[in-house]
Amino acid sequence: MTAASPPAPVPGPTASVPAGRPSPGRRLATWLHRHPRSRLGLILLLPLLWLVVAYLGSLGVLFLNAFWSRDPFTSLVVRQFTLDNFTELFTTEVYRVVTLRTVTMALVVTATCIVIAFPIAYYMARVASRRTRGLMVVAVVMPLWASYLIKAYSWRLILADQGVLDWALKPLGLTGPGYGDIAVWLVFVYLWLPYMILPIYAGLERIPSSLLEASSDLGGRGWITFRRVILPLSIPAVAAGSIFTFSLTLGDYIVPGLVSTTQFIGNVIFVNVAQNLPLAAAFALVPLAIMLLYLFIVRRFGAFDAL
Amino acid sequence: MKSFSLSRIGLRIATGLVLAFIYLPLAVVLMYAFNASGTNAWPPSGFTLKWFGEAAANTGLQQAFLTSIACALGATLIALLLGLLISIAVSRYHFFGRESISFVILLPIALPGIVTGMALSTTFASLSVPLGILTVIVGHATFCVVLVYNNAIARLRRTSRSFEEASADLGAHTFQTFRYVTFPSIRSALLAGALLAFALSFDEVIVTIFTAGGVKTLPIWIFQSFRLANQVPLVNVAGVVAIMLSVIPVYLATRLTADAGGVAGTRT
Repeated sequence: MTAASPPAPVPGPTASVPAGRPSPGRRLATWLHRHPRSRLGLILLLPLLWLVVAYLGSLGVLFLNAFWSRDPFTSLVVRQFTLDNFTELFTTEVYRVVTLRTVTMALVVTATCIVIAFPIAYYMARVASRRTRGLMVVAVVMPLWASYLIKAYSWRLILADQGVLDWALKPLGLTGPGYGDIAVWLVFVYLWLPYMILPIYAGLERIPSSLLEASSDLGGRGWITFRRVILPLSIPAVAAGSIFTFSLTLGDYIVPGLVSTTQFIGNVIFVNVAQNLPLAAAFALVPLAIMLLYLFIVRRFGAFDAL
Repeated sequence: MKSFSLSRIGLRIATGLVLAFIYLPLAVVLMYAFNASGTNAWPPSGFTLKWFGEAAANTGLQQAFLTSIACALGATLIALLLGLLISIAVSRYHFFGRESISFVILLPIALPGIVTGMALSTTFASLSVPLGILTVIVGHATFCVVLVYNNAIARLRRTSRSFEEASADLGAHTFQTFRYVTFPSIRSALLAGALLAFALSFDEVIVTIFTAGGVKTLPIWIFQSFRLANQVPLVNVAGVVAIMLSVIPVYLATRLTADAGGVAGTRT
């Protein structure tokens, strides 16, 4: 057993079986050994309390709030079932506009990420040497984890009036887009890009070389092989990556606040949390429902197999 | 695989451009942290280290930094315990609902942060739990569990159960088997998961905003100081520190798992 296990465990002298009267720990261990169901129960007790009771419970509380209302005079939550929040959401123009705007942004960001991620992922998976590939994976993963807030903030600096971008474009006689919807799009693409690169890279890497050889043997030139073999085979990976880019854009409210004054679903929810919690809770179900629908769609493209 | 050298050159250029796109903004923050002029005017006027000294002496920033470390450590410890327990249960036992448990673990990180944040803050409010450092830790731990779990379960699935059975046959009791057989074989995976959990917690903003009450973590401090002109150089320094404290643990985590299957999200 010492040969195969990764870091070979070395049982010290303390591991030897003690003789004589068993210690309380030993008795407990024996009891646990004889009762596998109780052992499993003890193992799962804490995690289940935390994740199922506390976390899912909290989501349940939020869900309940969506069906309550706020007393306009006292601003307190009235715990009585009502569908008023949903009526308001569906009949007020602004919620529809904001939802449509957010979904459009999420789709455009996702499409842009696919276009930008594909070449680099392809290079990593099929062109780069093994060593370069390893280095590039680290190079793409690390910024993914670098402070989200600082990455967004850096774009505030870059896009500022007379900022880095204006300075760089000045010799060309151009100016940057400044703060606004284009800035929001740019920052989202920047923030979520690694989430798209990594699944596509993994997907492309898994395509067996024999398929590409077969295509070229059958007369498929580079471009045809790419379009008729590689592209269709990479669809599940692209769909998997799009889950992240779409979902993350749908709920974010920090970025729009930093580089624009446009309201997205997240901003509207956030503003309402303090003013009208039941309405905010009801509106929070909108990105949730859209996300479930999105997951349902991409599952048909095999996204879940490529995660 | 044959491909035209022209398209290969194009691919190389595109790859270089994307890497530049990923790294240039980080470089901008780094340069501003050493900018002599203390404003965000571009280009920087000169090189200085004085903002690092000022940042170190700023009590608000110190406090925020220490709070973030405390939150990240607390969340990591809880995530380690919960992630370890679930990964053992899922990899070594059969029980009803085993498949759905990995879905529930993923949920806190898959749902938009604002949903998790609102759900927790609403629940804390209705149970009249005062918001503070403990509620932040609870919030962070909830979405950090998946990182420990993913790393631990990947390792547990690759280590054969026969080692544990052999240990039991040799007379080791349940705890000894865990201590001398199971734990050593998943130690580096747990460490990798813990480092990722630390990095994620250290950076988190949205759930923190909902669960912090008056407590300021480093990201909250940065978030509130963005628009204050006199804080600009300190924000830049804090940004560099925040980047380092999340990138270094992740780099270590990649190294720890490089020869054994990779970190969650990367396949090497």
